[in-house]
Amino acid sequence: MSFTPGAEFGKANQEVVAGTLLTLARENKNVLVVTSDSRGSGKLMPYAAAVPDQLIEVGIAEQNLVGVAAGLASAGKTVYAVSIGISAGVSYGALGSTHHAIHDIAVLRAINNITIIVPADNLETTEAIKAAAQMSHPVYIRFGKRPMPHLHPSGSPFEVGKALKIRDGRDIAFVATGETVYPALKAAEEMEQSGYSCRVISMHTIKPLDIEAVIRAAEECRAIVTVEEHRTAGGLGEACAAILMEANMQVPFKIVGIPDEYTMTGNQLEIFAHYGLTAPGLIRTAITLLEGNTG
Amino acid sequence: MTDDEVKIKSIYYRKKLLKYIKMANAGHTGGSLSCVDILNVLYNRILNVTPETFNDPGRDRYIQSKGHSVEALYVVLADRGFFPEEELETFYGYGSDYTGHPTRKVKGIEHNTGGLGHGLAFSVGVALAGQLDHAAYRVFTLLGDGELAEGSNWESLMAAAHYHLDNLCVIVDRNALQLTGKTEEMCGLEPLAQKLEAFGQEVRMVDGHNITALTEVLGMLPFTAGKPSVVIAKTIKGKGISFMENNPKWHHGVPNDRQYEQAQQELETRLAEIKS
Repeated sequence: MSFTPGAEFGKANQEVVAGTLLTLARENKNVLVVTSDSRGSGKLMPYAAAVPDQLIEVGIAEQNLVGVAAGLASAGKTVYAVSIGISAGVSYGALGSTHHAIHDIAVLRAINNITIIVPADNLETTEAIKAAAQMSHPVYIRFGKRPMPHLHPSGSPFEVGKALKIRDGRDIAFVATGETVYPALKAAEEMEQSGYSCRVISMHTIKPLDIEAVIRAAEECRAIVTVEEHRTAGGLGEACAAILMEANMQVPFKIVGIPDEYTMTGNQLEIFAHYGLTAPGLIRTAITLLEGNTG
Repeated sequence: MTDDEVKIKSIYYRKKLLKYIKMANAGHTGGSLSCVDILNVLYNRILNVTPETFNDPGRDRYIQSKGHSVEALYVVLADRGFFPEEELETFYGYGSDYTGHPTRKVKGIEHNTGGLGHGLAFSVGVALAGQLDHAAYRVFTLLGDGELAEGSNWESLMAAAHYHLDNLCVIVDRNALQLTGKTEEMCGLEPLAQKLEAFGQEVRMVDGHNITALTEVLGMLPFTAGKPSVVIAKTIKGKGISFMENNPKWHHGVPNDRQYEQAQQELETRLAEIKS
């Protein structure tokens, strides 16, 4: 049976994280999860019940959470600190601006020796959590709470720092990350019906960025649209733009994300629609870019 | 080692840290002089760690949260054989591993510190790991008193008490001065012992320059089973050099040639007194 990306929905990535952590914890006593009153929001109640000795609660104290996690790691533990990345972006859109995590990538990109992963579907999420256990430096993984469609056939190879191409095309390249990959895919499918050839890339690792995939998109496609559930400042789009400028590559290019303003509130999909992060908005952006180019 | 031998080490540590501060024309003079006796007792009498066992999971850990007083730590580590003392001639220099705050590039240093308010949380994590593993090691953390204005410390103290971390010993270098002036004039800490007790710590006060008293108090750990231990070490910023004592100007003051000579002379005089 052939696999169609986006045809079937899986679980929320958050649930996948919780399940993967439990698997890892059962395999290895040195795996610990540290929470800041976040086991409920992180869907970690089953984990806490199953392996209570491998969960450390520090209360609502995020600074301490990170420090304690670092100390545990230095003493040989494999530590997952559960904080803002568990309902990232505008997952908590209606809760208002204090609950939007849309600046995290910008802040962390500026710190050396940190890997940043924003998985799009259940497979990327499982693999990212497993990969982090093997790394000897800090990793930031952000994910949301809405069920995500399967974007890759099971067993697909996943490598940190290596983008995954979900479909190929020559007109527009959507370079998307996390929960915006699916709307980019929907946009691509619809545009194909109007005769456009569309590439969709899941840029799950923001740092280190897959430079080659960005440059290839610029070489092989007529225009690039980057898509992210994050401020347009300091995120995936700016990272791609910097790569292209430094490679001296001119290509029609647009960053779609959340602009520098008081962010609209509502549920995640309403906010996506407001900022053009759903299929109709992405199609409009792409066609404007392409027609501007040919026009 | 007798008390006098340890006291003599303190004099040499002071002479050396002044030498390297003078050579680099930079450093945190006052705070290094206030905590060097504590470091002396820790590394020569208390800590179960040597250059040979530094990678041993069972070693005692020392984390200097008040990272700016790194000169004191460097001279003690060099004396204990963690690295050749000559390497300190590069202190503060271009490309040197011996930077103005400790980093793990230097053998003997557990954690990069100096961004105040983070060393204790890290130490709590290391102590928790020890508890989970039923390991025998202990974790010692040196905090500046001014540093206690960082709220993260109080988060960490709550966690340490909650988890009954009696393998953790926090030492507060209570010299009552910080960069700008007196701690009680910046953001008052007193009554400090009662605050720490209210946060679930077992607290002892000690003269932070008295080798015998420091040895005694740090030899009694844990003060109470099931509780973290805190030692408030009453110290004098700039201790040992008459014109530096209790003067915030020496927080990161560097002596000129005349002052440097006088400082070394005062230490020589003190050395002769102990030896006689």
